[in-house]
Amino acid sequence: MKSDYVLEMKHIDKSFFGVKILDAVDLHVKPGEVHALIGENGAGKSSLMKILMGIYELDAGEIILNGEKVKFHNPKEALDHGVSMIHQELTPVLDMEVSENIFLGREIKHANAGLMSLVDKKEQREQTASLFSKLGIDINPRLLMRDLSVAQIQLVEIVKAISLSAKIVIMDEPTSAITDKEIETLFEQISRLKNEGVAIIYISHKMDEIFRIADRITVLRDGHLICTDDANKLNKDQLIMMMVGREITEFFPKQTVEPDDVVLEVKNFCQKKKFQDINFSLRAGEIVGVAGLVGAGRSELVECIFGITHPTSGEIYLRGKKVNIRHPKDAIQNKIALVTEDRKYTGLNLKATVEHNISLVGINNLASYGVINRKNEAVAAEEQIEKMKIKVFSRKSMITSLSGGNQQKVVLSKWLLTEPDIIILDEPTRGIDVGAKRDIYLFMGELAKAGKAILMISSEIPELLGLSDRILVIAAGRLTGELKRNEFSQENIMRLASKFEAN
Amino acid sequence: MSEKKTNNNLNSFKELGIFFAFIIILAVLMILSPKAFARPANLINILKQASINGILAAGMMYVIISGGIDLSVGSIVALSGVIAASFAHPGEYPLIVPILLAVLAGSVVGLINGIGVAYGNIPPFIVTLGTMTIVRGVALIAARGQPVFNVTKEFEKISGGFIFGTIPNLVVYFVVITLILAFVLTRTVFGRRVYAIGGNETAAKVSGINVEKIKLLVYTLCGFLAGIAGLLLASRIISGNPTSGQSYELDAIAAVIIGGVSMSGGSGKWYGTVIGALMIAVISNGLDILNVSSHFQLIIKGLIIIVAVLVDIKGKAKK
Repeated sequence: MKSDYVLEMKHIDKSFFGVKILDAVDLHVKPGEVHALIGENGAGKSSLMKILMGIYELDAGEIILNGEKVKFHNPKEALDHGVSMIHQELTPVLDMEVSENIFLGREIKHANAGLMSLVDKKEQREQTASLFSKLGIDINPRLLMRDLSVAQIQLVEIVKAISLSAKIVIMDEPTSAITDKEIETLFEQISRLKNEGVAIIYISHKMDEIFRIADRITVLRDGHLICTDDANKLNKDQLIMMMVGREITEFFPKQTVEPDDVVLEVKNFCQKKKFQDINFSLRAGEIVGVAGLVGAGRSELVECIFGITHPTSGEIYLRGKKVNIRHPKDAIQNKIALVTEDRKYTGLNLKATVEHNISLVGINNLASYGVINRKNEAVAAEEQIEKMKIKVFSRKSMITSLSGGNQQKVVLSKWLLTEPDIIILDEPTRGIDVGAKRDIYLFMGELAKAGKAILMISSEIPELLGLSDRILVIAAGRLTGELKRNEFSQENIMRLASKFEAN
Repeated sequence: MSEKKTNNNLNSFKELGIFFAFIIILAVLMILSPKAFARPANLINILKQASINGILAAGMMYVIISGGIDLSVGSIVALSGVIAASFAHPGEYPLIVPILLAVLAGSVVGLINGIGVAYGNIPPFIVTLGTMTIVRGVALIAARGQPVFNVTKEFEKISGGFIFGTIPNLVVYFVVITLILAFVLTRTVFGRRVYAIGGNETAAKVSGINVEKIKLLVYTLCGFLAGIAGLLLASRIISGNPTSGQSYELDAIAAVIIGGVSMSGGSGKWYGTVIGALMIAVISNGLDILNVSSHFQLIIKGLIIIVAVLVDIKGKAKK
């Protein structure tokens, strides 16, 4: 009997140390469809996909691929059966060419002599180039991966997955690091794949994207299957409710705060090749959004304000007084906090506990004569865990045992412990689940109410529109406009953000 | 609450894995050689044998937790030993002079390592490989290639003496230095920062930590301790030998690693390192008593290092 489905995962169970993380989960995927898999972090999406790819072994249940019962023991077996995955965290070999990355593990050889075979680099480059031109991608196959942008690396990974002539492609948050323009390219590739009968399992937190491309949607929560249905029968509010298990009436809880005095002024700020002549100010009690395409220089700007890098010219005034910030510690002394974009790389010490991460910046305030008062430290950590609603077993748990959203809350806690007046947030909700997002939004509102000045970089336009009092738009390293609340619209932001694109 | 407790117990059980291994080795040796090995005098002797390596290992632990390595400590032992002995001839200088100069020499080499690593951005392996060779050369030149003999009785007593007539001074130094360093590592802001930069240097910098300064201090501390070790060794062998301390850096690294400190930095416990140093001493002492040739001892020591790390990796993978 031929099934309608290319893939059927039936009654999948999986436990770790007696904790059931998948409980009789079903997933049915039709050929040629985009099947969105959604749920909060920790809902079991990744585990389910890891079972499919042969990274985890299932405890019970079965996987039927093309009507045939299968069980993969490693990702290579999955690949051989036409199942490929684009991971959220990309793992390219940075010192190899683009073409070599595309053909990694299945190199084109001059003659097969096992490990001693010579690789036909020329042929690989030609095939890569023709693949790229077929897909309308403009990347030189001879470039080193190191020299590509994050977005370009993501595209290469996508091309690699496609070139494996897969029947099922799993995409885990493929748009988390790429610009709107590149998202369009990605969606074009997705529809091309669909037409060729390839099924796509699409994991994402971005509702707009899901409704744009998904044919069907499966929702998981706490390891249980909540719903599988056609996308056009569902709406955003229903999905959010199913994901978090309760109704969220207002997703962007905007506090109205009357802005107070100017606390931060940035004047004529320049850094060679990164950004030019940036002028803006920030008032107490205000949330100012910073919009722009990836690579526009937004992160570079805030890193420079914070003293991680140095400006080539320009000045910073705090409450009207000029300050010289040469190192993050100067910024911290001046009551500035920076929640960086990449929490794993620049935010957290992944080898430490939750408590030690929380106390990392503010440790001097918890110590006398350089000796840490451990009782104070414990109290401070417990307070932050409660205040930020960090879901954690104990303050002594390793930070890596937390979900992305809770890790992000730890990063926030660590900065709030220094009682900053100015809080800079760089993509504060990237890759975290809906519940944690809302907690962070609520908290930002409270901070603004308490008179803190907040500068928030975000690539999610709804987030910017929902939370900001003003939005600054940066394009190609220049401030191209400032929008007041009555001028807020996606079109206005995009128009300003792509101002220098044409030239 | 009860859940919390179980979890803590579980964690300490894992951490104590090395402790159990140590107990088992002790038990085996006691059974194999109850008369010779388990004598109190021999146990104190083991502590004494562990002391110099234990002091070196404590400094090495700081360096490794900070994400680095220091290959120069063996050469520093030789240099500071030669310097100490050279200024300890009878009737020349008061005892404090050789002591201070030996410690100063070690600290200066450590400081140079620190500058190279922190401000020169040279990989620690390279910097300390360089200074290891240079310092050995300096020691040989300073001693004109020959051991420096003829030191005062007081100098000899630094390591050779006893407290309460039974406990060797060396053991006292080992215990005191270990306790101070354990306190600094676990209870002070400095200690916490050493872990932070080893765990994630970029995050540490963004968090306002002066990474360069901490690294400089860590290498200087390691050199300082190697200076002390050199002084103690010279006193113990009653001479400053420019060829002494060969491969001491490897024994120190071995103790740290057996103790469960991660080579990639950022994690590890001070008592692990102490047990690591004791373990090495117990094994050589036990094998000596059992009449195992020193050539075979090398093989056994090497195997234990690999097994210790293997157990550590498997234990972590289970998490």
